[in-house]
Amino acid sequence: MAECHPVGFRWVMEAKRRGATIIHIDPRFTRTSAVADIHVPIRAGSDIAFLGALVNYIISNDLWFKDYVVNYTNAAALISKDFQDTEDLDGLFSGWDVEKGQYDPASWQYEGVEVSPAAGHREMFSGEPRAERGAIIAAEKHDYTLTDPKCVFQILKRHFSRYTAEVVEDACGISKALFEKVARALCDNSGRERTSAICYAVGWTQHTVGVQYIRTAAIIQLLLGNIGRPGGGIMALRGHASIQGSTDIPTLYNMLPGYLPMPKASYDTDLQKYIEFNESASGWWSEFPKYMVSLLKAWYGPAATAENQWCYDYLPHITGDHSHMVTVAAMADGFVQGYFVMGENPAVGSMNTALQRKGLRQLKWLVVNDFAPTETAEFWRKAPEIASGEIKTTDIATEVFFFPCAAHTEKEGTFTNTQRLLQWRHKAVEPPGDCRSDLHFIWHLGRRLKELYRDSTDSKDRAIRDLTWDYGSKGAIEEPEAEQVLAEINGYDSSEQKYISGYKELKSDGTTICGCWIYCGCYKDGVNQPARRKPASEQNWVAPEWGWAWPDNRRLLYNRASADLEGKPWSERKKYIWWDEEQKKWTGYDTPDFIVNRPPDYRPSPDAKGIDTLSGIDPFIMQAEGKGWLYDPSGLLDGPLPTHYEPEESVLKNPLYGQQCNPARMEWVRRDNPYHKAWGDSRYPFIATTYRLTEHHTAGGMSRWLPWLCELQPEMFIEVSPELAELRGLKNGGWATISTMRGEIEARVLVTERMQPYVQNGTTLHTVGIPYHWSYVGRSRGNAANELTAFIADPNVSIEESKAFSVQVIAGRKRSDRRAAAGGPLNESDSGGPERDHPPVQEKPGGKHGLKAGKTELTEEA
Amino acid sequence: MTATGFFTDTSVCIGCKACEVACKQWNQLPADGNFFSGRSYDNTIHLEATTWRHVAFVERSLQLSGQITARPFSWLLMSDVCKHCKRAGCLEACPTGAIVRTEFESVYVQPDVCNGCGYCVVCCPFGVINRREDDGRAWKCTLCYDRQKTGGEPACAKACPTDSITFGKLDELREIARKRLELLHSRGVHEAYLYGMTDDDQPGTGGLHAFFLLLDRPEAYNLPPEPAVPTKGVGASWGTMGVAAAGMLVAAVAAVRSVEGGKK
Repeated sequence: MAECHPVGFRWVMEAKRRGATIIHIDPRFTRTSAVADIHVPIRAGSDIAFLGALVNYIISNDLWFKDYVVNYTNAAALISKDFQDTEDLDGLFSGWDVEKGQYDPASWQYEGVEVSPAAGHREMFSGEPRAERGAIIAAEKHDYTLTDPKCVFQILKRHFSRYTAEVVEDACGISKALFEKVARALCDNSGRERTSAICYAVGWTQHTVGVQYIRTAAIIQLLLGNIGRPGGGIMALRGHASIQGSTDIPTLYNMLPGYLPMPKASYDTDLQKYIEFNESASGWWSEFPKYMVSLLKAWYGPAATAENQWCYDYLPHITGDHSHMVTVAAMADGFVQGYFVMGENPAVGSMNTALQRKGLRQLKWLVVNDFAPTETAEFWRKAPEIASGEIKTTDIATEVFFFPCAAHTEKEGTFTNTQRLLQWRHKAVEPPGDCRSDLHFIWHLGRRLKELYRDSTDSKDRAIRDLTWDYGSKGAIEEPEAEQVLAEINGYDSSEQKYISGYKELKSDGTTICGCWIYCGCYKDGVNQPARRKPASEQNWVAPEWGWAWPDNRRLLYNRASADLEGKPWSERKKYIWWDEEQKKWTGYDTPDFIVNRPPDYRPSPDAKGIDTLSGIDPFIMQAEGKGWLYDPSGLLDGPLPTHYEPEESVLKNPLYGQQCNPARMEWVRRDNPYHKAWGDSRYPFIATTYRLTEHHTAGGMSRWLPWLCELQPEMFIEVSPELAELRGLKNGGWATISTMRGEIEARVLVTERMQPYVQNGTTLHTVGIPYHWSYVGRSRGNAANELTAFIADPNVSIEESKAFSVQVIAGRKRSDRRAAAGGPLNESDSGGPERDHPPVQEKPGGKHGLKAGKTELTEEA
Repeated sequence: MTATGFFTDTSVCIGCKACEVACKQWNQLPADGNFFSGRSYDNTIHLEATTWRHVAFVERSLQLSGQITARPFSWLLMSDVCKHCKRAGCLEACPTGAIVRTEFESVYVQPDVCNGCGYCVVCCPFGVINRREDDGRAWKCTLCYDRQKTGGEPACAKACPTDSITFGKLDELREIARKRLELLHSRGVHEAYLYGMTDDDQPGTGGLHAFFLLLDRPEAYNLPPEPAVPTKGVGASWGTMGVAAAGMLVAAVAAVRSVEGGKK
């Protein structure tokens, strides 16, 4: 966190000054470790073994927060009798569908009830899509004594019982004594009087089991009562400024603003069906139609009417997985014509950069919008395969357009941080020369497209013609009024002629427009709420008048959980939101995240519908049954409980299960994306992990052109332990060549005790640390770490595994005659070697462009 | 005006180098070029005429008190700067009067007066001040004199995310530092101590206006254990010279007497 989020880390240090214990778990000893109270070096890729052991420690030592767990989580819910655990099936859950190559989650569901999740794969359910999922949530069965072997708590207990301190030693390379110190520190600091927070950065997500890492953290926090309470929670430290904002109002292929799913071509064939499949009969998602209709009204204005389903048909309907790697694989096979790259540098920052560039070479056109011509913009003349002569520039037909962009000081708008806090950013100076903001680029592109199609009578062009695009502009460069965009996002009530002040005011009759329901209220009363800057000294410590947090200016989600069953704070010290018996409403330092006048003793009647189904002790209002999920009955593609699986390329056999890897992972079986053996590949014997340094920013677009930053970390280097240096003859300050079957790079060597080997069952395992900032253009150049990485991903979110894979490292510079892997593997492909999967999983059908990920994840091309 | 300065608390430094960059940006100092040192994450190595803040990265095979690690190891981080000594070697050596004591009691080099003689360079006991090769003049931290003139704090302190660098009135900083030291000692970080805070701590400089809380002996951070400005030794030198001269005189008189005695 100190490495990649030094400004956010300010508050960690502030907490430390006040006596907080900082525990840092990382394969490397980093700047965070330097100031932490405890540093735990963990083998990259073994986090679930570690976190699972914490779960086991909490349960077996009876350290869980009983009132919280019994009442606020789904611990008491009974699970289907058909459910079988990984403990029963050697690493698989029940429901593996051999034909489809994926799980059928029917057996994971609550006994007699089917619920859809608040997030994740909401469309994932057993059988054919149908309406009214969750309608019978009241029929859910419970055992509040938590003793029924089919209740969530008992299943959880059994599932993690093998995750012991000894397993942590074997799988993670962490001594029992050190593990117990961490466990004790965490548990001592949780309960009524105290809370602990877990912070993670994007590195945690970059594993084939990344989502389940975070799920395990959620289980720990729910067991300890650390969710919805001040000082608790799980903080996702996003990759850079406003990545949270770009998820809320997404640049993701499968979501519309406010986490509404993108319509699916195969079954969301009209608005009615789309709503039926996505609204929930209970909990907050029962309000779904209001959000969707208001969004369509924001986009298509007067053209959107009840008769034409509010222009629902104008929306693109997705035909499968169109995430980054899926698209680039299709691109490399010639199926993608054009590519907008804005503020991203996939030729450096994305996996298997040789394959990325192969994709770029097949495009008709490429638009890069960045500060300087990045590697992505320059791939056609400066890439390694061009330098080596393997590919000739004259053979590349891609037309590349480069647009210089404005820096954050040269444009206005908002940043949304990890706490969902929107902060308005004022423009300090005009952008120089031809540099323009992203907003400027998109708005003017849209204007020109609308002009182009103005006279078209073709019905397919209606989506562009009817799009509302009437923002004002200002100044000589015609910069769009960012505040008008914010106002549209906030929403407007056309019948009452006023700005929406909260999402509860949204309607499904077309009289409200709203660009993103969760942002409703950010322009309340026509005031730019994110621009508020009231000092902390003039308001309560939660500082509700600094910026604006979604939803409804809530600083802490699910904060009903900060009070006990009767609505009283769990402790005076951790007082936050409570039930005011006199005023008959919830009150406190923050906006209550609950139905404000619903008393703690309210219990729904059996025939209740919508939000009336939430009882007075259901803090997790986005879930259909209002409880925090220790166990996920649906929503995840790789199982209801986190399970330790090894990375695609490991140095170890899975110490817990015969199933080596996540069975549902996404693989790309292609000649230009070869994998090493599952484990014990003597050609690639070392663990590799990639990461960022404080001095540079991601793929370098913002930092490698700046001399002040380049001098601080001037060259590509790797970090190795003195033991590995000795083993491989590496000299500090000298050169090393690092290779995988995808590519080969050279780097300077930094020998440091901050890297340390792990001894597991008598075998010494070494880690090579590889910063990923460098590549072939800029003021500071070097080989790109992602020449080494592979297309391989978590099935839930299609995020790559770059934080744990296997490599070879040898002393000396790269042999000049060896090319980057543009055409195929650098080594003999893997024949034989241990299997990653149990036989039924091996039957997984292959899809297009080499993707092997189960049936629902296949891409369809027209 | 009251004296202002820096208290740099290395126990909360995270080595982000924001101070280095903020300093270069505010003062428009050039980068020194790309040089991979192989010495931990330190690639600027030391303070220079164009590097007025420098972060040291000290890797030790030693445990820090109160820190739990898998094996004995700690990483000390420390942002170094001109100390603005109470008794400044550079100022005393400057023959042109270019180096002055400001109203903030900081030590400031007036670039329009400096003639680049370089006497100050050898007189700094910390090796802080140096001449720029491109213009020949001596340069160092100004304690952001220009920012202070308008009521601002120096760029490095402003940029420091963890308040490892604290800027303020010297007497207040000393109070903060004492309390911080007390707190660290009470938490078992026994190795913490203040470097150069007062004349008593560091008689050779009369105390520093930019002082530090350190976690290892000064040499670990490339700081002198007992720095002293050259003129500090002048009195003793004169004394020694006096003794020597007296001795010579005695010897000469004795010699003359013995000669005279011989004649007799």
